[in-house]
Amino acid sequence: MAKTEPQSSEDLQSDVATETLDWMFRMLVLLRRMEERTVEMFLSGKLPGWLHSYLGQEAIAVGVCAHLNEDDFVASTHRCRGHFLAKGMAPGPLMAEVMGKRDGICGGRGGEMHMADWSKGVIGSSGVVAGGLSLATGVAFASRYRKTGQVVVAFLGESATNQGAFHESLNLAAVWDLPILYVCENNGYGVSVPQRKAMKIGDVSVRAASYGMPGETIDGDDVIAVHRAAGRAVARARRGEGPTLLECCTHRWLGHFVGDPQAYRPKDELEACKRSDPIPRFEDYLLMEKVFTPAELEKVKAEVERQVTAAFEFATASPAPDPADALRGVFTEGTE
Amino acid sequence: MKSIRYHKAITEALAEELERDSRVLILGEDVGMGTAFASTRGLVERFGTDRIIDTPISESGIVGLAVGAALNGLRPIVELTIMDFVTVCMDPLVNHMAKLQYMFPGQHQGVPLVIMASCGGRVGAGPQHSQSLEAWFAHTPGIKVVMPSTSYDAKGLLKAAVRDNNPVMYLYHKGLLRAPGEVPEGEYTVPLGVAETKRAGKDVTVVATAEMVSQALTAAQDLEKAGIDVEVVDPRTIYPLDIEPIIASVKKTSRLVVAHEAVRFCGLGAEIAATVTEMAFDYLDAPVKRIGAPSVPIPFAPSLENAVLPGARDIVQACREVCGC
Repeated sequence: MAKTEPQSSEDLQSDVATETLDWMFRMLVLLRRMEERTVEMFLSGKLPGWLHSYLGQEAIAVGVCAHLNEDDFVASTHRCRGHFLAKGMAPGPLMAEVMGKRDGICGGRGGEMHMADWSKGVIGSSGVVAGGLSLATGVAFASRYRKTGQVVVAFLGESATNQGAFHESLNLAAVWDLPILYVCENNGYGVSVPQRKAMKIGDVSVRAASYGMPGETIDGDDVIAVHRAAGRAVARARRGEGPTLLECCTHRWLGHFVGDPQAYRPKDELEACKRSDPIPRFEDYLLMEKVFTPAELEKVKAEVERQVTAAFEFATASPAPDPADALRGVFTEGTE
Repeated sequence: MKSIRYHKAITEALAEELERDSRVLILGEDVGMGTAFASTRGLVERFGTDRIIDTPISESGIVGLAVGAALNGLRPIVELTIMDFVTVCMDPLVNHMAKLQYMFPGQHQGVPLVIMASCGGRVGAGPQHSQSLEAWFAHTPGIKVVMPSTSYDAKGLLKAAVRDNNPVMYLYHKGLLRAPGEVPEGEYTVPLGVAETKRAGKDVTVVATAEMVSQALTAAQDLEKAGIDVEVVDPRTIYPLDIEPIIASVKKTSRLVVAHEAVRFCGLGAEIAATVTEMAFDYLDAPVKRIGAPSVPIPFAPSLENAVLPGARDIVQACREVCGC
């Protein structure tokens, strides 16, 4: 089955508040610059472990998280840093975690693939594909059970929809009307295997029908389109009407991991990535709609650059964790 | 004191904890009807379908959901009914439930979650419904594992498990469900990580778990006639293991037999035997004997199942061997 061509900018009449547009632009640039500088550091051999880059997919995290309150939740995958920054995790402790430092948000225990920040509603990332979906569903279950009004967003890749955990989670969320969005970032590849070799369908969102929930496919590189679609799904969740599967089509610029030679990908695809870059597309929109002047956009970029530099300085200055800490905290003390 | 069956002790513990704390709820297949083992019988009538929740047959999804719910302020109990079904839940159990506290330090107040499942054979349940897989979880950092052998422990350990802020695998034994036992009329708990001497003796120590405790007590009666005085120690909690009473007992008796129903190879018995040789080698008068199932699946036919599962006879023989008679 051929993939539906996602709709580009639904319409150009902005119904989004200027402050939201400002926040989204700032956040897009933050995610991009944090990621570019992290990749640069990794390629220079200064980071331990591996790196799964979010470059090119930023509009999804930003467009979705624009709707979330501080006490709402996100859960993520191995490609998690963009989601967490957009949810409000401080860049310094995030970067320190990536570097494996004492002041990392998880004290250096998790690294780039495994981190959480409950003070900002960041449930955590799971390094197992689809592994975080049932946990996120459980957080939504508790939100409904306790009547807290919190909404949960679970980010996943299209390949996660082939896992059993996806099926079980969406079925449970649907049958119990849980306040959750499953935001599928379809970047076309599960590591090296293209979608057409892994599933017979083009639009992953059609899977929603089998659970009795709405599904929608949109252009995930168009932050306005993401914002609008996510707004509908978040509102539905807040009304207690249950979950939504939102498929955001996007491009994975750097392969599965940084250093992936991507020999399995046609050359013209990499060109298409650049053409779909969400940041210039949003800049054009903001300028055309006269929301901001070029000077205002440059000012935001300069402010973000200072923020990113401060985060890297904070993380670099942090010491390595105390080796004795490795043996602490497997269990929490105390009982009810 | 009153005498109640083991399954009733489980239900009493659940009812008391549901009553005590509104954050406690039970999720599982057929928990509304009470489960095939009567572990939740009568609870839905008392606590309603909001707290006694029948789930789809999605064990993995339910365990993962319960982990998430535990992070967000609830204290869920998942009744898996049959321990063999943990095999479809290994990712939420091992990669998530067990690791979140350590991986995300300081982010939440633990993962207060109880996974209940029946282990063991002796009821003709066949190869996929009879396993004792406690060693898998005891081997995974971040999970507490308990195995009650009496009504008293079944109730007290379950109440303690529900109140613990860490994930606990609560493994009850199918062969004990109808066994009666004394429990106090009032409130009590059995702390996790504390062994109990079920029978005092001076000649040989038998460390036994779950249903093998009854087998060991039967063996002890037989051996008494032969003049061998057996001490039976029940760890009750597999992890964290309370090794001190075991060491103290071995220092007294100088002989050790370890008995469990799980496969002997790489089982709890090997762990205890090795630890005792590290900590009390000079006190041992004979090599430690391990009793467990051979490395075969547990077959259905009673004659075959009996040939595989260890019992009192094996304990008697092992005790005679270590006592040299």
